[in-house]
Parts: sequence; structure tokens; C-alpha cells
Amino acid sequence: MLETVNRVTRATALAATASAGTPEIAPLPDAARFALRLRPALASEMGAVAGFPLDLAINSASSGPRRSIRLGPDEWLLIGDAAEAEAIAAEIAQAFGERFHALVEISHRNVGIAVRGAHAADVLNAGCPLDLAAAAFPTGFATRTLLGKAEIVLIREDDAPTYRVECWRSFAPYVHGFLLEAARDFDGAQT
Amino acid sequence: MAGRNRLPKGGRVDRSKPVSIVFNGRTLAGFAGDTVASLLIAHDIHFVGRSFKYHRPRGFLSHGSDEPNALLSVDRGPGKIDPNNRATVAEARDGLVTHSQNHWPSLEFDIGAINDVLSPVFVAGFYYKTFMWPRRFWDSVYEPKIRAAAGLGRAPDAPDADRYANRHAHCDVLVVGAGPAGLAAALAGSETGKRVFLADEQAEMGGTLLHDLTSAIDGKPAQAWVAEALAELRSRGNVTLLPRSTAFGYYNHNHIALAERLTDHLDNAPAHLPRERLWQVRAGEVVLATGAHERPLVFADNDRPGILLAESVRVFVNRYAVAPGRKVVFVTNGASAYAAALDAAAAGIDVTLVDVRPEGDCGPELAALRAKGATVLTGHTVLAAAGTRRVTGLAVAPLSPAGKIGTRKTLAADCVGMSGGWTPSVHLFSQSRGKLRFDPALDAFVPDQAVQAQRSAGAANGRYDLGEILSEGFAAGSAAAGGDASRAFTATPTPTGFSPVRVLPTDADPARVKAFIDFQNDVTAKDIHLAVREGFESVEHVKRYTTTGMATDQGKSSNMNALGLVAGILEKPLPAVGTTTFRPPYTPVTFGTLIGPSRGPLFDPARKTPVHGWAEEQGARFEDVGLWKRAWYFPRGDEDLHEAVARECAAVRQHVGIFDATTLGKIEIVGPDAAEFMNRIYVNGWLKLEPGRCRYGLMLKEDGYILDDGVVARLAVDRFHVTTTTGGAPRVLAHMEDYLQTEWPELNVFLTSTTEQFAVIAVQGPKARELIAPLVTGIDLANDAFPHMAVRTGFICGVPTRLFRVSFTGELGFEINVPADYGRAVWEAIFARGGAFGLTPYGTETMHVLRAERGFVIIGQETDGTVTPDDLGLGGMIARAKPDFVGKRSLARPDLEAPGRKQLVGILTDDPTLVLDEGAQIVADRDQPIPIHALGHVTSSYWSPACDRSIALALVEGGRERIGSEIFVTTPSSFTKATVTAPAFFDAAGERVHA
Amino acid sequence: MLLIPCPYCGDRPEIEFRGGGEAHIARPSDPQTIDDQAWAEFLFYRTNPKGLMAERWNHAHGCQRWFNALRDTVSDRILESYKMGEKPIGGGRA
Ligand SMILES: [Zn+2]
Repeated sequence: MLETVNRVTRATALAATASAGTPEIAPLPDAARFALRLRPALASEMGAVAGFPLDLAINSASSGPRRSIRLGPDEWLLIGDAAEAEAIAAEIAQAFGERFHALVEISHRNVGIAVRGAHAADVLNAGCPLDLAAAAFPTGFATRTLLGKAEIVLIREDDAPTYRVECWRSFAPYVHGFLLEAARDFDGAQT
Repeated sequence: MAGRNRLPKGGRVDRSKPVSIVFNGRTLAGFAGDTVASLLIAHDIHFVGRSFKYHRPRGFLSHGSDEPNALLSVDRGPGKIDPNNRATVAEARDGLVTHSQNHWPSLEFDIGAINDVLSPVFVAGFYYKTFMWPRRFWDSVYEPKIRAAAGLGRAPDAPDADRYANRHAHCDVLVVGAGPAGLAAALAGSETGKRVFLADEQAEMGGTLLHDLTSAIDGKPAQAWVAEALAELRSRGNVTLLPRSTAFGYYNHNHIALAERLTDHLDNAPAHLPRERLWQVRAGEVVLATGAHERPLVFADNDRPGILLAESVRVFVNRYAVAPGRKVVFVTNGASAYAAALDAAAAGIDVTLVDVRPEGDCGPELAALRAKGATVLTGHTVLAAAGTRRVTGLAVAPLSPAGKIGTRKTLAADCVGMSGGWTPSVHLFSQSRGKLRFDPALDAFVPDQAVQAQRSAGAANGRYDLGEILSEGFAAGSAAAGGDASRAFTATPTPTGFSPVRVLPTDADPARVKAFIDFQNDVTAKDIHLAVREGFESVEHVKRYTTTGMATDQGKSSNMNALGLVAGILEKPLPAVGTTTFRPPYTPVTFGTLIGPSRGPLFDPARKTPVHGWAEEQGARFEDVGLWKRAWYFPRGDEDLHEAVARECAAVRQHVGIFDATTLGKIEIVGPDAAEFMNRIYVNGWLKLEPGRCRYGLMLKEDGYILDDGVVARLAVDRFHVTTTTGGAPRVLAHMEDYLQTEWPELNVFLTSTTEQFAVIAVQGPKARELIAPLVTGIDLANDAFPHMAVRTGFICGVPTRLFRVSFTGELGFEINVPADYGRAVWEAIFARGGAFGLTPYGTETMHVLRAERGFVIIGQETDGTVTPDDLGLGGMIARAKPDFVGKRSLARPDLEAPGRKQLVGILTDDPTLVLDEGAQIVADRDQPIPIHALGHVTSSYWSPACDRSIALALVEGGRERIGSEIFVTTPSSFTKATVTAPAFFDAAGERVHA
Repeated sequence: MLLIPCPYCGDRPEIEFRGGGEAHIARPSDPQTIDDQAWAEFLFYRTNPKGLMAERWNHAHGCQRWFNALRDTVSDRILESYKMGEKPIGGGRA
């Protein structure tokens, strides 16, 4: 519900460009994000809302322009196009009607960073304690976890592999710096 | 040039790659593949350091990570000086600069060596006895002297210039140790595609097989078998080989820490590579194939340079192609030293062997050695070593079956190889909480009951025969991978077995000789005798009293000798004395490895608000609040804190100030039961709060003490915007989630953290409304339309805002919440309008002063986890009609209702210019006898520009009843007189916020 | 570092969790009616057993759900975990 003309401009928390090395570490564009909470039974009943799938296994993510990531039995992180934030909120509100749910916009709370290419898992494992091998953390897997001293949401998006790291805004410089530092191990590595 | 003790052929060093290192200023040549120890030995250098306590000359005892003596300082350039490197582990590389330690002024001439003569002073427990009197000597003499003498090596004084890395990893099977058992285990474990890690502390994998020139495995020479096994493992994609990686800690649920050394051995290490990497491995199953340690023999002056372990002599000869001496006497009580003697003889070294065992107890190894023409004296004991800076010979004598010592004779020697038997390396097994069992046949503790998913194999498990080691390793590897494969290996039989002897029999007065048990901590047999005589019978006590086994080598070479000696003196069986507990790390680990990347900007996340950059540009000083960096004050010109804060305070009271309140915690509480949930969490009532209104809320822990506070806005019937303190944000959300999930799961409400969704800009002061009015759309700012403690949604500078009319300063004020990415732009737009209004940015210090003038508390400053609402004078906020809320029942606990509790009051010093120390103690009467009863303490204290004097808040026993009375407050030098007042100093009626 | 089985996420490393102490200490339904001793026991008294113990865990850096786990305090072995409101099956997982 922005006024027709924004008189001030948006400034993202991470004014960095993609790294040149392998893996590539690239801050992602602004996005519309929502925390959606509802009872699991309603999620099964609805199946999806406003194009966001809800009947996902816990710790998995959908793909497409409107993506949902099921972080727990009753928690979904929704990621869509930045320009659609208002529309998404309205569509979701309409779809649920009076049915109990909680929708909170967190577009500005999070920052996304992509980690892509050979050794991406090794770089993440510099601070993430999870088993990132494809058997344990396949494409489509997603979870909240830790990267060093920061909490992150980690999503494996494809088999490049590309991982999407989501963290809170003020942790973004730390998370970004941590990934760049870890990636130094692979400077000049044969890929 | 390569050193006069370099053997003409053989060894695993690369003779095509010469290297040279510097030791104490001398440049010495060697080959790639040398350790610093083997390179020094090639140049016939054994005397490489002085011992810890007695400053005795010391050389190499071993060839590996169990080395207690040969600790060198390694200098790889600025910021890369590292003390206490074991010369037997450090790999020689071109240009490496090393120094010996623990001497002054030089290795050869050392003042501290007087300790060796004064040694009666340095008996066991000497520091408990010697430094007890006179009392005044402790501070002036003893402690400084002890501190100067303490520690080995010199701590580096520059920041560490190296990079260190961290890696979490998972595998199905982790094999620790790449000797014969470990290689066989890795081969078997990786056959079915399971993820296998094989880690070994050495540069080259193969363990004992790397120096075994005589054994054959399945018809191949041992070293050829190793090469084939490693080639096979490398070809398997499911195997990760980790050489130079020490498994140093075995923690819960198969979590194992390894230190990998990546660059110290490289001539030109690539700048991007970390020096070391900490691996945190979570393994499905673990195979411990960590081998065994050889024991020294205990006899007088057994620590002279040139006296090595027998197997170490063999390693230097076979693996590194250096002769530790030209005339070597082996002393042993078992079979394995014969193999060393045979190999030394084969390398052209003059060999004599002294066996403590009677001839009849010796095995076929005896005939084999004699057949090579070597002299073997069976049934002999060693009385003492000769020589000081280098062993020159051994005094030996025949030992009758009854223990009678015959006529002594001296065997000339420039090197001694001693073997007192073997001790399985059960350190990691013990760290994993596995239970040990004493095996009398092996005279050693061996793994018994494993507590974790883990098995031991090979020498670590008490197997010493090569064929058995390989078969056991293979079976362990297969079982660890979930299989049950077994394989018989055809291997050359290994001579094994020894007859334990704790201290070699001697005719000398035992009180006059130094026969070392623990080389690194300079503990002798005499010290152990003394400790037992003084009543220390538990091995844990003996260990602490004598310090045996407590050095950085953790007693790898000394533990069994110490245990055996204690048992012998007490005439108890050895297992009755017990064994000591092994703890991580197995070998010393650098701090860099433990810290990894967590240094400099990555030490901790530095959380910055969207306005941080602006504040930096304005020259703000910042303070840490948790992980947040908050603008503390904004000095102009050369203002100090005091001057800047006085100006900022005045601006807010008279005009308007702008403050970054982004760090306040925010939680969105949504659902039809939101108000009911709030009712149960906070002391206040929430059901009647209308949408569009705010309320100051207070929440307790279940014990009745204040947990947190903050302003809460009701945005809609089913939606609250809760704020918390900056530091309390995660704690409060966790507290709420706990109750919601575990006590009241039936409530239809969900909680979401929005702390970072919003930037919060506080605009405070009489001109606040005028300042922001033209920027705001969609909200009527008029006083009656938008009163104090109201909230509205609308726009500011075109972006959506949740606009709060609230005040923590006591002035008319607004807190503007905007989506975080717009925070700086909105801030700058407001600031751009500010010139005409005297707008002044202010920081946390001014915020603290302004709120203290009004008597507003800060949770964590006025409270400490033992303060109730009533203690703060906030009892009136409690909605007592509510049937229940968290902490309500506890408010009726007797202690919380008792009279005399500390209550929040104001304190005004008689001297208005004196600003009290926060934390200063408050007493009723400065002249009462000591100990003076403290009534309480100062919680907040400032210079108040509005009052033009100092003010303070304090918690004082029965404080409200003391208002108007005099008390005394401690100052750094004395007491000062002050008066107790109500805790509000400015606009006590609170009228200004309604302007 | 323990490996804790979250009933929702599976085995996860201990640093993702926050411990909540002994489990199955129900908050009295009407605290105002019970005497000081009973309230003190609810607030402060814990069994601290040597051996099997049911304890509360929160998968704070994961699904953020609270759950209970049965842990042997001697060996640190975790026998099973179960959701809030459920009972342990008692036999432990394989
Ligand atoms: Zn979970």
C-alpha cells in the first residue's frame, strides 16, 4: 500500500556484488517475504494459498515465483516478487477468510544470499553443522539452522548446487563476510 | 653436507629435494621428508633443549607426537612465531627457522641449570612446601619468580598472521590412525560405498609399516602393501584421506574434533590456504586404530641426550635414513627392541643389546640378533647413564635371579635405545567414556566396554602381531560399515612380549639419583616414592602432587611407569591403583585452530541498524548493547561525553531530538486469542485495550521477578505489536513460545519476531509534532485525534508506517516504525527539515539521562532478576483481578511480601556536583562497626542538565519509608552524605508528554 | 556435542537446541489455590536423576518446537524423543 510515488528510496542491508570465485556468493534481490502460521490440519485442507503450496513436508521448499518453505509443523516462509508484497497479502487474507492463521510481513527483516557452484556445501559447512551431502540435504530441502554465530534459513534450490541463505537483516554483513572468508579456501581451486 | 649421520641409502626422504633449516642460528641441510628431529640427528645434534624444572640438557626421546623433550620455537616470519613445536612432528622445509627453549642466556650455558644442583628443593610438591613462608615473601618474591619460570617457550607477542578454518563434516565411518589396522579398516569399510574418513596425524600414511623393512604382507614388502592400499583408497570416491590430521577430541554421540595442518610443511604456502583447519566430524561409527606407545626404562640419568626409545632409533634409521649414533646400546625387557637392533646393525651401526630378562625368558629374537654378531647381555640391569650433554655410555651389571647386582662395567655408547614395553594408545577411547580393562599379559589397560558406536583395532586394542592387527582392523572396518566381512592376512610374525619392570634394579642410593618417569615435567622415581610415603595413594592424587602425566604430552610415555611404580610401592595389583582419566586434546592444539574464522569482524556478528551509516558519518561514538552497535552520543567538535550529552539533553527538553530506537525487540502477536495470551503473559490487563491504543507492559518470570518490559500497541482486535528491551528480545520471544506451546497450546495465537522488519525513529521534544507533520500522510496528528499512548498506521515520506505516540524521555514524542530498508531515507528526510526546529540527534547516553530524570526504569539496570513490580513502585500496574498470569502466584511467596525489601528510590547527594558511581553501596550510618550493613546500591547515576545537578536511582531496603532521610553512599575513597527522594526528578506529574 | 532427535526434523546437532530442564512438571491449573510449599516444589524442586531422565528441549534454531526427550544422564544416550502432549513409548529407539 505504498503511496503512488515513494518519496524516499529503499536501501538494502547488503550493498555488495556477487563474488567472482567458486563458489559464487551473490546477494539476492529484494523480495516479498511473509511468515505464515496456521494449524497443520488447515494446511492439509487448503493445500495451497495464493499460489504458495502448503502441503509440503516439514523442511522442504517449493519452487517457482511464489515459493513456500515449510520450516516447522505450523510455520511457512513465503517468498515472492518484491513488487507483489501487497497483492500477496491481500490474496492470502482473502483465501483464509475467517479461518485462523497469522500472516506477518517480513520482507525487510530478511536478506537473501545465493551460494552457487562447486564447493558450495564445503563453504557452508565452515559454519553450518548439518550434513549437506545430496543424500541428506537434497534439492528442495530447506531448514532453519546456524551459520557460525548467526541463525539462517538454508534452502537447496538446484543441483548446481545453488543454496539460498536467508538471514536477518543485521546479521547479513556477518553471514556474507563469513561465506567470503570460507570461500577463500577454494581460491584458485580446480573445479 | 647432508650431515655426517645421514645414511648413504634408504629411508623415505626425497634425496632429490634438498632443504635447509636454521637451528639456533646454524643452517643445516636435509631432505624433503625429514622432520626437524631427523634433520638435526643427521647432523649429530641431540642436545636441543633444557628440561622444565631442572633445566637438564635434553634430546629426542621419541620420533612422534608423544615426544616430551624436543620442543622448539618455530619462526615462520612476522606474526608466525610458534613455541613448543615437537621437533619430531614438525616437518623440515626450506628456510624454516627454529630455536631451542627454556634456557638463558644460551642452550649450552644456562643459569637455570643450577636448579639441577639445588634439586633437593624441587622435590615432589615443592611448590606446596617451599613457598609457604614467610608470608610476605609470596607477593614480593615467590609469585614473580614462579611466574617468570613458569611455562615452556615464549608466547608470541604479535597477532597471529595466519588464517585458520573450520569445517563440519559427516561420514559413516571414521577411522583414526592409518597404520596397518587403520588401512585395513578403511579398505573394508569403504567396500560397500559408505562414506569413510581416514585420518592420521602424520604427513605420510602407513604408521609403523613406513619403517618396517623386514615384514611382508600377502607376499609383498610392507611398504609396497601400504602404497597399494593407499592407491586403492584414493581411487574410491567415497573415501576421504586426511593426513596431518590429529583426532584430538572425542565427544558425545561420535562427534570428533580433528586438527588438520595444511601449510606449515610447504615451502611457499599459497596465501589463501588456512594454516590449520578444525574438522568437526559427526561419524556414524568410529574405528580407533591409534597404535601404541613405547615405554622408557627407568634408571639413573635416563634423560641424557642420545637416549631414545628403541623403536624410535629404528624409525630414524629406517624411515629417515639417519643414524642416531654410531655406537648404539639397546636396553630392553622385551622382544621388540631386537627388531630395532637388527635393523640398526643392518644399517652398519655398532650394536650392543642389554636385556633385563634372564636368558631363558628370551625368545627366538635373541638367537637371531646373536647370529648377526651383535653382543647381547641377558640378565643385566642398567645402573646409570654417563655423559651430560650427550650420553657417552651405560653402566651395566649382571642381575642374579635373586636380584643381587654383580660387578658393574661400562659400555661405551653415543646413543641408547631403550624399551620398557608397550602401552596401547587408549586416549581417544577413554575420552569417549569407554571403560578400560587391565590385561596382565600385556601389562596394560586395553579398551573394554565401548559407550559410543565405536570399536578399537590393532595395537590400540592390545594386538601387536602384524597379521592379527590387519585381520582385526579389517573386521572392525567391515563391522563399522554394517558388514561382517573378515579377511586373513599372511604377514611376517612380529616378535612381541615383554617382562614389566618399573625401575631397573640398582645398587645406588635411590635418594641420590634422578631416574626420570615423566620427562616433560621432570618427575623422577624418587618423587613418586616421596609422594606415596607422604600418604598419597590414589593415582589421581599422586599425579597432582608430583605433576606426573600432567604435562602437554599427557603422560603418553610416563603413565604406565608411574602407575606401576605406585602399585609396586603400595604392594597392590596395578588395576587396584586405577588409571587416570584422559581428556582432550590428545596433543596440543593451537588457539588459532580452535578459534577458526571467529576473529576480527567475524568474531561476533556486529549488528547495525539501517541508520548506523548515517550516525557514523556524523561522527557518533557507539556502544555495544548485546551484539548491537548503538549510537552512544554525537560529539560536536572536541566535545567529550559529558558536554555532548548535556547539549543533547537540553535540545530534547527545549526543542526536539532524533534517536535510533531500531534495536528494540518487536514481536507481532496475531490470532483471536491474542488478548487472552497477553493477559496471561503480562501483569497488566489487555482485554479492554482498544485497537489504536498502547500500554506499557510488564512481564514476570514464574518466580515473580521482572523479566522484561516495553510498550505494546494493539493494532487490531487480533493483532498486537509488542516491543521489548534491546537485550531481552530473544529471551522474551522464547519465554512466550514456551508458555504458548507447552502450557496453552489451545490458544489460537501465533508469534513472529519483527525486530528487524522495522527501523524505529524516535522523535522526541516539544517540537516533535511540528517537525514530522508535513511528512506524514493518512494520520491526523492533532493532540485529541492522536493522544499520548496511541498508535496509528499511515505513511511518512510515502512509505507505510506504524506511528506510535510514546515517550521514554518525558517529552512529547513519536516512534516512527518504517520498513527497515526505508529507515535511513526517512531519517534523513526528517533530519533535513530539522534545522529550523533545532533538531539534534542523540544517543543512548542522553536517552538514559532523560528517562532517569523522569524516573523510568531500565530492565537490567534497575533490575537484576530479583526485583518485583512492587520493588520498583510499579505494583499498581498489576491487574490483580486476573485469575492468573505468569508469576502471579509467586508474588504471594513470603519472601516477596516480606517487609524490608529493596525498593526503588531517588538519591540526591548533598554535594550537587558529585555524580555517584553506579554500583556504589548505600549505608545508614558510616560510623557503625565493620562489617557495615549495606542497605542497597546505586543503579543509575548521571549529571542531569534539566535539574542542573547530579541525580541517582537506587534500590534501598525499605526505601519508600526512607524518603526524606539521610543515608551515606560509598565513593572510591570514602562515603558521601545524600538524601533519599522519590524516584523522579523532573516533571514528576508527567504532563509534558501530553503537549 | 549431542545429536538430538527432533520429532519434527530428525537428528540435529545440540547447538541448534535450547534445553528446558526436567520435563513433565505440569504448571498447576490454578496456582492461586495451592500452598507455598506446593508452589515452591513446582518452581524449584527437580529430581536430578542419575540415569534416565525426561527433559524438555526446544529446537530453537530449527523448527522452534518444544518437545521432550528421554536421556540417560550417565551415558548421555538419548533413547527417544516425543512431541509435547505425548508420552514416551519407554522402550527407546533402536
Ligand atoms: Zn525441529
